Amino acid sequence: MADCGEPDGPGNKDDIARSKNEGKELTKEEKQRLRKQKKQQKKHKERKNEKGPSETEKDETPVSLLPPPPPVATQKAPSALPAPASAPIPVPASAPFHSSPAPSPADKPAKSKAELKAERRARQETDRAAKQPGSSSSGIKTKVPLSELNPVVKRLPEHVQVDDPAVVKRLAKKLERQQIPLRSDYGYKVSLFSHLHQYSRKAPLTQLLSIPSTVIHPSIVRLGLQYSQGIVAGSNARSVALLHAFKQVIRDYTTPPNEELSRDLVNKLKPYISFLNQCRPLSASMGNAIKYIKKEISNIPSQCKEEEAKTKLLKCIDRYIEEKIVLAAKAISKYAIEKISDGDVILVYGCSSLVNHILCEAFEKSRKFRVIVVDSRPRLEGREALRRLVQRGISCTYVLISALSYILPEVSKVFLGAHALLANGYVMSRVGTSQIALVARTFNVPVLVCCETYKFCERVQTDSFVSNELDDPDDLMVTRKGKTQLENWQDVSSLGLLNLVYDVTPPDFVDLVITDLGMIPCTSVPVVLRVKNLDQ
Amino acid sequence: MDKDELVEYFRTQVRQDPEVPSAVAAIRTLLEFLKRDQSETILGLRENLTQTIRRLEEADSSVAVSSGGELFLRFISLTSLEHRDLSQCKKVMVERGELFLKKISLSRSKVAKLCHTFIKDGAKILTHSSSRVVLKVLESAAADKKRFTVYVTESQPDSAGRQMADKLQNLNIPVTVVLDAAVGYIMEKVDLVIVGAEGVVESGGIINKIGTYQLAVCSKAHNKPFYVVAESFKFVRLYPLNQQDVPERFKYKADTLKAVEDLAEEHPMIDYTPPSLITLIFTDLGVLTPSAVSDELIKLYL
Repeated sequence: MADCGEPDGPGNKDDIARSKNEGKELTKEEKQRLRKQKKQQKKHKERKNEKGPSETEKDETPVSLLPPPPPVATQKAPSALPAPASAPIPVPASAPFHSSPAPSPADKPAKSKAELKAERRARQETDRAAKQPGSSSSGIKTKVPLSELNPVVKRLPEHVQVDDPAVVKRLAKKLERQQIPLRSDYGYKVSLFSHLHQYSRKAPLTQLLSIPSTVIHPSIVRLGLQYSQGIVAGSNARSVALLHAFKQVIRDYTTPPNEELSRDLVNKLKPYISFLNQCRPLSASMGNAIKYIKKEISNIPSQCKEEEAKTKLLKCIDRYIEEKIVLAAKAISKYAIEKISDGDVILVYGCSSLVNHILCEAFEKSRKFRVIVVDSRPRLEGREALRRLVQRGISCTYVLISALSYILPEVSKVFLGAHALLANGYVMSRVGTSQIALVARTFNVPVLVCCETYKFCERVQTDSFVSNELDDPDDLMVTRKGKTQLENWQDVSSLGLLNLVYDVTPPDFVDLVITDLGMIPCTSVPVVLRVKNLDQ
Repeated sequence: MDKDELVEYFRTQVRQDPEVPSAVAAIRTLLEFLKRDQSETILGLRENLTQTIRRLEEADSSVAVSSGGELFLRFISLTSLEHRDLSQCKKVMVERGELFLKKISLSRSKVAKLCHTFIKDGAKILTHSSSRVVLKVLESAAADKKRFTVYVTESQPDSAGRQMADKLQNLNIPVTVVLDAAVGYIMEKVDLVIVGAEGVVESGGIINKIGTYQLAVCSKAHNKPFYVVAESFKFVRLYPLNQQDVPERFKYKADTLKAVEDLAEEHPMIDYTPPSLITLIFTDLGVLTPSAVSDELIKLYL
C-alpha cells in the first residue's frame, strides 16, 4: 500500500484506450499480453526497489499488479484476485487459508530467479539496517520479498482510502479495465470518515452507464441495484441473494473454446464482484461465501464435463446455504433456548434474522418470556422485527434507543445479532449495538451475541472508524408537519450529515457468543477460526 | 455391576484415600465398571456408561464428578472410533484408562510446582474453605523454605475452613481462621488470594464453595491478585451467565436434592465466580488466563 501514485506505463494506456473505444471485452490475447508486460515491469520495479529507498519517482507500473485487492474495504479474503498469475491452478489442500492459486507453471523459472533476488535483497536489507538503525524496511518492501518467497502468504485486505487520490485513481483504472462504471461520492463527508465512500441512493450505478450484458450478467445487475437501494438488507439475506445470483450465473455460463471452466469462471466472477462492491461494499459473510465459491470452482478437475461441473457447483452452493445458514440457525436456536428461562425479559435490537428465529423457536417450545424491541433512526429496522414477533404471538414492547437506560432495569438478558465477528473478538454489528452492550454491562445484564461461523472474519479492528460504511446522508432528513428542516444541508458549508451503518463492540461487553459450534466466550473466536481452517 | 455396588465402590474409593479428588474416584469407578461390563456393542457400552455416570452424580452431586464422567465418556468415544472389534476395543480402553488415571493423579503435584513460585517470601495469603490442591501448593511452598502466613475463612455451613487450618498447622505454617463476614476487613492486609475450584466452566469462571464470589469481588476492589488452582479434569462444559444460571443439581448436596421438594428454602453450597474477577488459573496444562480455558476446552472437545 505504500507505493502509490505511479504513472501508467505507456504500453498499458494504449491497450486500455483501445479496448474502451471498441466497447467489448479485452480479448484473451490482449489480456495475456497486458499481464506479461506488467509482470516484467514489476520485476523491473523490484530490482529498482533494492537499489534505492525512494519508490515514487520511478517509472513503475500501476500497483494493481501486486496481488491487488481493490482499495475498497474488502472483508473479502486475500485470495480474491490473483492477477499476476496467468492462470489459476486448483488449490493444494495443504493451504487452507487461501483459495488463491499458486503461481502458474510459467512463473516457476522466474521463481528460482526470485529466490536469488530474495537472497540478494536480504543481504542488502541487513547491510542497510546496519547502516541506518530503525529506518526503512517500510511495509511494502518487506512485504514484496515475503510474497515472492512464500506465495501462500496471507494478503490482508487493503483499507478504503477515498481521500487518497492515488488510491482512487488506481481503483478507477481497475474498474475501467473491467468496464464497470465508477460510482462517485455524494455530499460533504465528516472529516473523521472522509476515507470512506458515501453514495446517494438517488444515483444508482446503473443510471450512469449502460453495462453490456457480456460484461455483467443481468441477475448480478439486478442484485447490485437491490443492494444499493436497500431492498435486500441484512447480512444473511444479502449472502443468500448473492449465492442465488451466482447460481444463475453458473447456469448461464458456457466455457469458451480453449478455456478451462475452473479458471475462466473464476475470472468471470471478478468484474461481478467489483460491480457489487461499487453498488454496496461487501459484507464479511459475502466475502466468505465468495471465497468458498472460488475455491470450489478452482477445485473442479479439468477432465470434468461442463454439465457435470455445473451441476456439481450448483449442488455445492445449495449445500453451503443449507449447512452454513439454515442448519446453523437450527443449531444456534438449540443452544440459545437453553439460555432462555421462564419469566425472562429479553431485549433485542434492530432486526436480526437469527435472533428472530431463536425467539420464535423458543416460543414454540413454550418458554414464557416477553421481548423488548429497541429501535433507532433512520432505518427503523426494529419495526420489522416487532411485526414478525407479534405475528407469532410473543408479547413485545417497543422503545427507541434513547430510552435504553430507562428500560434496562427490567431486562434480564440481551440478545444481539452480528454482522461479523472479528479475529480479535470484537463484534461488528449495526450501529447502536455497542451502545446497548455498554449500558447493559453497567446494569449487569448478560449480553449474548448470536452469530453463525461463516460470518467469522480474519480482520482485526479495535474502533469503528477505520473500516465502516457510510449510508446516504439524505436519510437523516425528516419531514414533520410539512417542513423538512435539513432540506438544504448541502448549502451550509460547515454542516455534515453522518449516517453510519456499522459499529464495533469490544469483547469485554459481551458475555457469550452462541455459534453453531457451541457457546464460546468472545475471546475464543480466533481459536474457532484456527480449528475451522484446519478442517477445511 | 449394579447401582448399589457402583456407589459402594465409589464411596470406598473416597474413604480409603481421602486425598483422592472425587473426579478421579469417579473415573476409577467407571473404569472398574468398564472392566466388568458385559455389553456386546459399543453403543450398548456407551449407554451403560452414561447411565452409570448419572447414578454416580446422584450419589455425589459435585461438579467434579460430572466433569470427570464426561471426560471419560469422551475419551471412550474417541477410542471406539479406532478399533472394529469390541473386545480389542475394550482392552485398549482399559489400558488407556489406566494410563489416563496415572497421569491425572500426578496433576496435583504439577499444579503445585507451577503455583508455589508465585508465593513470595513474607507473603500473606488468603484462602477459602478446604481445598486439597491449595494445601499441596502451600505444602510445596513451605518445603521451598518460604515464610508466609495464611488466613482461612471459616466457610460455613460445614466449617471446612477449620479442618484446613488444622492441616496447615500440622505443616507448621502460621494460620488464622477468619469469619466469612470478615473477608472485607482482612483484604487490605493480604497480598494474594488462592482458592481451589470444584469446576472450571467454559467462560473461564469457576464454581466453588459458597463465599468464593464475594471473596473475588473484594479482592478485585482492593486490586489483589486472585489465583485459582485446579486440575484439568475439572474443566466442565457449562456456561453460566450468572448465579441463577448454574444448574440446580450442582448447587445442593445429593441428599438434599433427593430429600427436599422445595429447593427455594435450601441454601446453595456453591457459587459461580465470573472470569473477569480471576487473575490466573493454574492447571496441569500450564498457567492459563481465564480466556484461555475456552481454547483448551475447544481443543479437547471439538
